[in-house]
Amino acid sequence: MNPRRKKRLAVILAIVLGIGSAIGLVLYALSQNIDLFYTPSELVKGKGKQLVKPEAGQRLRIGGMVMPGSVVRDQSSLKVSFKLYDAGGDLVTVEFDGILPDLFREGQGIVAMGVLKDATTVTASEVLAKHDEEYMPPEIAESLKGMQHFKPEYTEEQLEGAHK
Amino acid sequence: MIPELGQFTLIIAFGLAALLSFYPLWGAYKGHAGLMNSARTLAVCQFLFVGLSYACLTYAFIVNDFSVAYVASHSNSELPLQYRISAVWGSHEGSLLLWMLILSGWTAAVALLSKNLPLESAARVLAVMGMLGVGFYLFVIVTSNPFERTLPYFPVDGRDLNPLLQDIGLILHPPMLYMGYVGFSVAFAFAIASLMQGRLDSAWARWSRPWTMAAWVFLTAGIALGSWWAYYELGWGGWWFWDPVENASFMPWIVGTALIHSLAVSEKRGVFKAWTVLLAISAFSLSLLGTFLVRSGVLVSVHAFASDPERGLFILGFLIMVIGGSLLLYAFKANAVKSRGSYSLFSRESFLLGNNILLIAALIVVLLGTLLPLVHKEMGLGSISIGEPFFNRIFTVLIVPFMLLLGVGPLVRWKKQNPGDLVATLLVAIVASVVLTACYIMVSTPYVTWLALLGCFLGVWVVVTSCQETWLRATHRHRFFTGVKKLSISHWAMITGHIGFAVMVIGITMTQNYSIEKDVRMVPGDQIEFEHYRFTFEGVDALKGPNFDGHTGVLRVDRGDKYVTTMRAEKRFYRVQRNVMTEAAIDAGFTRDLYAALGEQLDNGAWALRIYYKPFIRWIWFGALIMAFAGVLMMLDKRYRFSGKGMSNGQ
Repeated sequence: MNPRRKKRLAVILAIVLGIGSAIGLVLYALSQNIDLFYTPSELVKGKGKQLVKPEAGQRLRIGGMVMPGSVVRDQSSLKVSFKLYDAGGDLVTVEFDGILPDLFREGQGIVAMGVLKDATTVTASEVLAKHDEEYMPPEIAESLKGMQHFKPEYTEEQLEGAHK
Repeated sequence: MIPELGQFTLIIAFGLAALLSFYPLWGAYKGHAGLMNSARTLAVCQFLFVGLSYACLTYAFIVNDFSVAYVASHSNSELPLQYRISAVWGSHEGSLLLWMLILSGWTAAVALLSKNLPLESAARVLAVMGMLGVGFYLFVIVTSNPFERTLPYFPVDGRDLNPLLQDIGLILHPPMLYMGYVGFSVAFAFAIASLMQGRLDSAWARWSRPWTMAAWVFLTAGIALGSWWAYYELGWGGWWFWDPVENASFMPWIVGTALIHSLAVSEKRGVFKAWTVLLAISAFSLSLLGTFLVRSGVLVSVHAFASDPERGLFILGFLIMVIGGSLLLYAFKANAVKSRGSYSLFSRESFLLGNNILLIAALIVVLLGTLLPLVHKEMGLGSISIGEPFFNRIFTVLIVPFMLLLGVGPLVRWKKQNPGDLVATLLVAIVASVVLTACYIMVSTPYVTWLALLGCFLGVWVVVTSCQETWLRATHRHRFFTGVKKLSISHWAMITGHIGFAVMVIGITMTQNYSIEKDVRMVPGDQIEFEHYRFTFEGVDALKGPNFDGHTGVLRVDRGDKYVTTMRAEKRFYRVQRNVMTEAAIDAGFTRDLYAALGEQLDNGAWALRIYYKPFIRWIWFGALIMAFAGVLMMLDKRYRFSGKGMSNGQ
């Protein structure tokens, strides 16, 4: 082979090798980091036509409305648990250890990311509520079609703060 | 009256852009100098008219003209003046007007600063920019008119600006980012014009280099500002979330970085030309794609304000026309663009090729991670999200070869280098980097992790090899001090840019590996201690601002017996938008930030607090600033001087 061709071959080989390993790496990383979205009913009854249920230990996102009156706080730490519901009528408990977002309210839509602990409990690592009262994550909006969306209620302290 | 004037001038500007997209091209085709000359006048006039239109909208905000729908929904009579001015680009319609202002600004800058460009090329470049303008004017005028009135029943007061946007970081972030996005349209126009002309020489690369660099500088600064803003305003203490909208700005940056490197090769050695053209097209196309993703409402995030399918469809159509049209032109003409130079396998060209390949790989990863959830959902497979760990893991892998090559590349000669000549230099570099990294990690960190070692080694490696390179170039013919003065400005720009990148990588490594984040429940008087800092919660005060009220959590910080600072973390309640916002308290430092945010109020007078220790986080933005500064340095090089005028006029 003449040097020119040799060089080309080397370059092409390097590129193919690079692309190959990149694709491998990407697929591997993807397979570990895709988080499926569930609503409470999908989580309990199964998702899609085959009614696939997630397994305990699986990473996932769950979105639903916070059940009024279900928020339970631990008295000595930041541990908190609450129940999520949707149009399907099933309840899923979310456990979280940390600071809830500013717009977290009972009756509002939230999305939690975390790991499934048992069939109806999710241990969340992150809880999201968007910075807009009217906003609802589109997935929740879809699953809640026809349901009433509670307007967020402000606590006495907040309203008091507003008038000071 | 004023808003109508604004709309009227916008329509005139549209007319001028339409003329600009046609006459100069026709002139270039016929060889008619007069028609080609009209390009410059048209471009400047267009800018003036858009400017006037923009001024009209700003005026409506300043005088609180709530009969304009856009003002009514994004301003309030209690909003401070500086935010009323920045509220102009606080949402969809106004930000598009800003986009137009910037696009016509770049067009006018090209018109004014291209005196040494052959008339025919200048005419073509300006015409291409005119075409882009036409598309955007149509978009603004047809689907998102910022001057729409609410008459006859207009509100007494406005709905106020989203509190997240009431901040200095956000006054600056969007204009900077837009300057970058739109700036790539110049590189794009140069590429398309030269494809039309079928002429791509190193003069072409030399012309488009400073323009590309200017856009890249703005984009770099804009992204850094956005990251800094997210850090202190969102109250999470994170500096990058791999949010789809962040990715949308990151993708043009990656390609832009590849482009400035491949332009350097095209200019100096006359190779990689077709590739460079493709990168120029991609950089701008990705800017458009980013706009589409953000504006169409396909993505939902803090940034996505317009969820209107009609708008999304329009941008999608425009996107397809621009990308499809330019790629078609590329397909027909690119084979006319033959690179003539040759280079051997071990040469600087190869290293820059490596840089480009790795950057494109990074691009593909980000593109995949951003678009896959959308595709997945559209195919009816359910909605998914791709987590941060995906991006983090892949970037950790990609950065290693990238920085190793980055260190060696500048030491290698153009065209051909005997690898044996570099062995000694590289051995010294490896030993020096290992020793320095070890010392650094020992001194400044409490424990050692492999990733931290690796990241610091890579950063130090780039700094060491950059110093070696300066030394070798300077002592090539002269003694060091004579030689160092003879190095060109663009050479210093390269060294500075690379060191800035190294600083950023070190900052990222330290922050990611040694941050301490504590979410705690505290009652007044409680203490918490970590990293030698003792935080005492002193209680919560009431807070009153112009358009918000709230609480201030007071934290006293001591280190040993010494008082360090008192941190005041705010929780604001915005009256009009009825939004709660967290304003973090940050004690910034060169080697560490202390970060505190007030969470929710709990029972028995207790509050939830976030207290973070973030080592070296400033280095991330500082590194980005150094890179941006390096870009400015490069533009100052004599080679790119415009006749009598500096680049500053081009902004």
